[in-house]
Amino acid sequence: MFLEKLIIVVAVFAISMLVALYSTYFERKVAAWFQDRIGPDRAGKFGLLQPLADGVKMFMKEDFIPRNADKWLFIMGPGIVMFTSLLISVIIPWGPDLVVFGRTVALQVADLDIGILFILGVLSIGVYGIMIGGWASNNKFSLFSAIRASSQMISYELAMGISVITIVLMTGSLSLRDITESQHGFWKDGWFSWNVFSQPLAFFIFFVCSLAELNRAPFDLAECESELIGGYHTEYGSMKLGFFLFGEYVSMFISSAVISILFFGGYNFPGMDHFSGNTLAILGVVALFAKTFFFIFLFMWIRWTLPRFRFDQLMHIGWKKLIPLSLINLLVTGLVIAFTNGWFTK
Amino acid sequence: MQSLSNKSKVVSDKPMTFMEKLYLPAILGGMWITFKHLFKKPATIKYPEETRVFAPVYRGMHVLKRDEQGRENCTACGLCAVACPAEAITMVAGEREKGEESLYREEKYAVTYEINMLRCIFCGLCEEACPKEAIFLTDRLVPTEFEREDFIYGKDKLVESLTSPVDITVRQHTGKRTEK
Repeated sequence: MFLEKLIIVVAVFAISMLVALYSTYFERKVAAWFQDRIGPDRAGKFGLLQPLADGVKMFMKEDFIPRNADKWLFIMGPGIVMFTSLLISVIIPWGPDLVVFGRTVALQVADLDIGILFILGVLSIGVYGIMIGGWASNNKFSLFSAIRASSQMISYELAMGISVITIVLMTGSLSLRDITESQHGFWKDGWFSWNVFSQPLAFFIFFVCSLAELNRAPFDLAECESELIGGYHTEYGSMKLGFFLFGEYVSMFISSAVISILFFGGYNFPGMDHFSGNTLAILGVVALFAKTFFFIFLFMWIRWTLPRFRFDQLMHIGWKKLIPLSLINLLVTGLVIAFTNGWFTK
Repeated sequence: MQSLSNKSKVVSDKPMTFMEKLYLPAILGGMWITFKHLFKKPATIKYPEETRVFAPVYRGMHVLKRDEQGRENCTACGLCAVACPAEAITMVAGEREKGEESLYREEKYAVTYEINMLRCIFCGLCEEACPKEAIFLTDRLVPTEFEREDFIYGKDKLVESLTSPVDITVRQHTGKRTEK
C-alpha cells in the first residue's frame, strides 16, 4: 500500500517535471511557428535536447545572492513557487482505477474530499513565493512586481472560487474524483455530460482567472519587461531563477489538468463504455493528457497572440466584470438546481 | 492641411462600443490570425546549412581579374579610385620590369591596390569605370573580422588566384548590363 502510493507519487512528480520541461521547449517552438520562424533546432534532433541544455546552463551559472537581500527569504521564494506548483498535482485523478496483480490501484495520490478547497488554498500560498521573492530581492522593481502579482492573484482568486462553486453545486461534492465521475461519458439525459456544456460561463471565467493566476499573457504584468525589467525575479540567477520560470510551467501543466477535470470531463471520453478494466484506465489517462496538452497549447496560443493588459484594465476586468458575472452565474445555477429539484414546491 | 499621400488617418478617442469592451471578438480575431500563421512556411532558414539565393545582379566582394594567360589586367590607371564615391580605393602604380611580362599585361601595373571594405558602398561604379576589365564585383560576401585594419583588402585578397578563377559571368550577363 505504501509502496504503491510511493510509486504513484514519484511517477506524478516525474511526469509533471517532464511535461514542464518540454513545455519550455514547445513554448519556443509554438512561438516560432506563430511568428513564421523555425525555432530551436540546434541541440539534438529538432532541438529536442534544448530543455536539457537550458538546465545545464542554469546549473552552471553562478549562484548569486545580492548583498542587501534577505538571504533566507531570497532562497525561500523560488522554493515556495515550485512547492506549491507541484502540490496541487497530489489530488488530480489521472485515470480510472487500474488493476495490477489483482490489486485495484487508484491513479491518484490522495482523493481529498475537500479537493477544490485544497486547490484554492494552495493557490493562495503560491502568492507568497512571488511576494517573498520580490520583497527579499531588495529591489524596487522586484517589489513593484511582487505587489502587482499579489494584488492580481488575490483579485482573480475570488472570481475563480465563485465559478468553481457552480461546479460544486451541480456535482454536490468537492472531491475531484466525484466531479470527474459525474461527467461520465459524453452524453447523458439528452445533453452533453461535460460541465463545459452546462456551465460555459463558469468555464470562461475560470479559464481567464487561471491565466491571471499563472501570471501569463495577457495578464503577465508581474514580469512586464518594458516597465519592470524582469519583474519579481530581476535579482535572481542560476537555478533559483530556473525554479521561478520552471514553477510557472509546472503550474501551467497542473492548471491545464484541473481545467480538463473540472470542465472537460477529466479522463472521460466519448464512447468509453465500450471499454473496461485496464484498457479503459489507460485510454482514460491518454484522454486526460490529450485535453491537458490542448490547454497548454491554448495558453501558449494566447500568450503569443495578445498584448498585455494595462493594470487598470486588469483590475477593472477582475472586480467589475468577472466577479459580478460569476455571482450572477452562481445565482442562476442555484435557482435552476433548486427548481429542478422542486425545493420551492415542497 | 491637405493630405499629400492620402494615407493619413484621422485620430479619434471615441468611447469603445459594447462589443469592443467585451474584448472577445478582437481576441478571437487575433487568435484566428495567429492560428493561420501556424501553417505558413517559415520566413527564416537554417543559416549555416542553407543559404539564401542571391539576386543575379548582387554586388559583393570585388575581384581583380587576370586575362587568359594569367596576367593581371589592372594597369593602375586610377579611374576606379576617381569614380569611387566612397573614396575606398587607393593604389600605387609601378613600371613593369623585364621578365615580368607573364605577370602583368601592360607596362604599368598596380604595386599595391587596396580597397577599404568598411568604406566601400558596393555601388559598382569602379567596375563601370574600369577600361581594362580588371575589377568586378562578385556574389561573394566580405567576411566579418574583429579589427578594422583587417577590412583593408590588399592585392593578396583581391586578385583572383591562378588556379581557381572567380566566375563573374552570371552578374555580367544578367539584365541590362548585357548591352554594355
